[in-house]
Amino acid sequence: MLSDYIKFSFDSLRHRKLRSWLTMIGIFIGIAAVVALISISQGMQTTITEQFEMMGTNKIMVMPGGGAMFGMFGGGELNADDLDAVGKADGVDISAEMYYESGNIKFSDETKNTFIIGLPTDETLEIIENMQGFDIEKGRDLKSGDRYKITIGWLLWEGDFFEKSVDLRDKVEIEGQEFSVVGLVSRIGNNADDSQVYIPLETAREILDEPKEISTIFVEIKESYEVDDVAENIKEELRDSRDEDEGEETFSVQTFEQLLEQFNDILGIVSIVLIGIAAISIVVGGVGIMNTMYTSVLERTKEIGIMKAVGAKNSNVMTLFLIESGMIGLAGGIIGIGIGIGLSKIVEIIAAQAGLLPIKAYLGAPLLLGALAFSFIIGAASGTLPAMQASKMKPVDALRYE
Amino acid sequence: MEKGKRGRKSIIKINDVWKIYDLGEVKIPVLRGLNLDIKKGEFLAIMGPSGSGKSTAMNLIGCLDLPTKGTVFLDGKDISKLHESALAQIRGRKIGFVFQQFNLINSLTALGNVMLPMIFQEIPGEKRKERALNLLTQVGLSNRVNHLPTQLSGGEQQRVALARALANNPEIVLADEPTGNLDSKTGKEIIKFLKELHSKENKTVIVITHDKNIAKHAKRITHLMDGKVVKDGR
Repeated sequence: MLSDYIKFSFDSLRHRKLRSWLTMIGIFIGIAAVVALISISQGMQTTITEQFEMMGTNKIMVMPGGGAMFGMFGGGELNADDLDAVGKADGVDISAEMYYESGNIKFSDETKNTFIIGLPTDETLEIIENMQGFDIEKGRDLKSGDRYKITIGWLLWEGDFFEKSVDLRDKVEIEGQEFSVVGLVSRIGNNADDSQVYIPLETAREILDEPKEISTIFVEIKESYEVDDVAENIKEELRDSRDEDEGEETFSVQTFEQLLEQFNDILGIVSIVLIGIAAISIVVGGVGIMNTMYTSVLERTKEIGIMKAVGAKNSNVMTLFLIESGMIGLAGGIIGIGIGIGLSKIVEIIAAQAGLLPIKAYLGAPLLLGALAFSFIIGAASGTLPAMQASKMKPVDALRYE
Repeated sequence: MEKGKRGRKSIIKINDVWKIYDLGEVKIPVLRGLNLDIKKGEFLAIMGPSGSGKSTAMNLIGCLDLPTKGTVFLDGKDISKLHESALAQIRGRKIGFVFQQFNLINSLTALGNVMLPMIFQEIPGEKRKERALNLLTQVGLSNRVNHLPTQLSGGEQQRVALARALANNPEIVLADEPTGNLDSKTGKEIIKFLKELHSKENKTVIVITHDKNIAKHAKRITHLMDGKVVKDGR
């Protein structure tokens, strides 16, 4: 008999086309927002996870600054002593240092600001490149003995960083010092990383006038060691050498797993806030449905009387109105999902074009079916009170209503 | 079981029924000790001026309302204390309503309107459609089944209502001023149909009207005044 009710509700909704549509708008805006947000944030999570996994889980990063988010803030610097200390920690295979600073780079009379990355020119270069996820597409890597050689990010030689593209053997100027381009770095996938330039570490310290500072120490652990254990060992060594107490460190030791967790935490909070806002929209949509259903009950008082006269029980009337409001919710949900899919696809395309991280929008069945079920439930829940009011009408009174 | 004068069974028996509307300050007694015994297969007209209580009487006969005092028997069963859902079931199965205002559901086609009472009796879809089509053919609307009420004339709408009243093959057809909104020609057709229901299908037909020309078709006329029967018979 359910199909009869559905058909009946459908006829009645069609009869009030305009109002049904207006009511649906409230729901589908909210559902569209929720679907788009979840799909994008899930997609982002997948992308980031993949990237981290690509870098390897046997790597550790040591950065200045207390355990704040990503270790980017707060005081404390790292220097050669710390590098030594890290190297001494049990389980550390290779430790590599990197120094970077923002600086001006000039190419054919155009000056731009970007990150100048100082890289070691010995065998430790490889693990940094692995962890940062880049390699040389044309030309060669920096090698020991290089002084004023430079490799450049993708945007400089293929993108629009400078008006004119930089090519191998071109000359660029950093802080008044001329460098010759020896390598073109392949595309990493986001604009910030792709506009970096890389010069030998010692040269960087020299021209940027920071003789000792280390920005990040990259560590590859020995096989058969657990990454978390090694991270602890490094912390201990550093605390000893820097004479710091546990809990008051001015450095941070991050494994990629931790980074991933932190990233997911942040993404989680952002998603919750955004979805919360979208949820408000859905609730407002639900109130809209309730309002429409109350009006509908009032308007159709006579109809309710007729149905009761021809044998409809209270529960029949209740079911009818519930299905009707549920269907408003469901239809709103279907449209909302459609719009949501569209939105997340647009974000996907925009992200790809803007050179941000490539996001693959998540559009799995659980999300879509969940959204569908949710919109039906919102509709039905909003219709409960009006439906109860309708079902409790006395047939005589309802029939007399004009 | 109540037995009537001619040995026929009572289908509706109203025993000293009072219906008092409580409007807070005032109580308005609309029925004041109404007694009425309607036999199975009777063709009865209930007449009376407005305010006589005939609509209230119809509501009680049709199980749409319950008395304040007194008992109403339907088929020998006291219904005056039943719950609304039980009443709904009885209405759906035993009583077919025809209203002055036709009271069709505007979002449903003629066919949908006739099938509606059968939905509430959970009659399977195929059977429902077949029966509804038969009934619409009986009332001469076989070419109008997919029209909405607003696309039908008054007479056609009332014929759809008649078909709907018969949907669950009820024992009683209860018509409240069935010709009140129709011109005399279409009104006559409706009355003719009601008469046939009585004579050919042996249904109990009860017509509530203030029109003598309608009432004269009935085998028995009951006059109400001030909530009581004042004259009963031919």
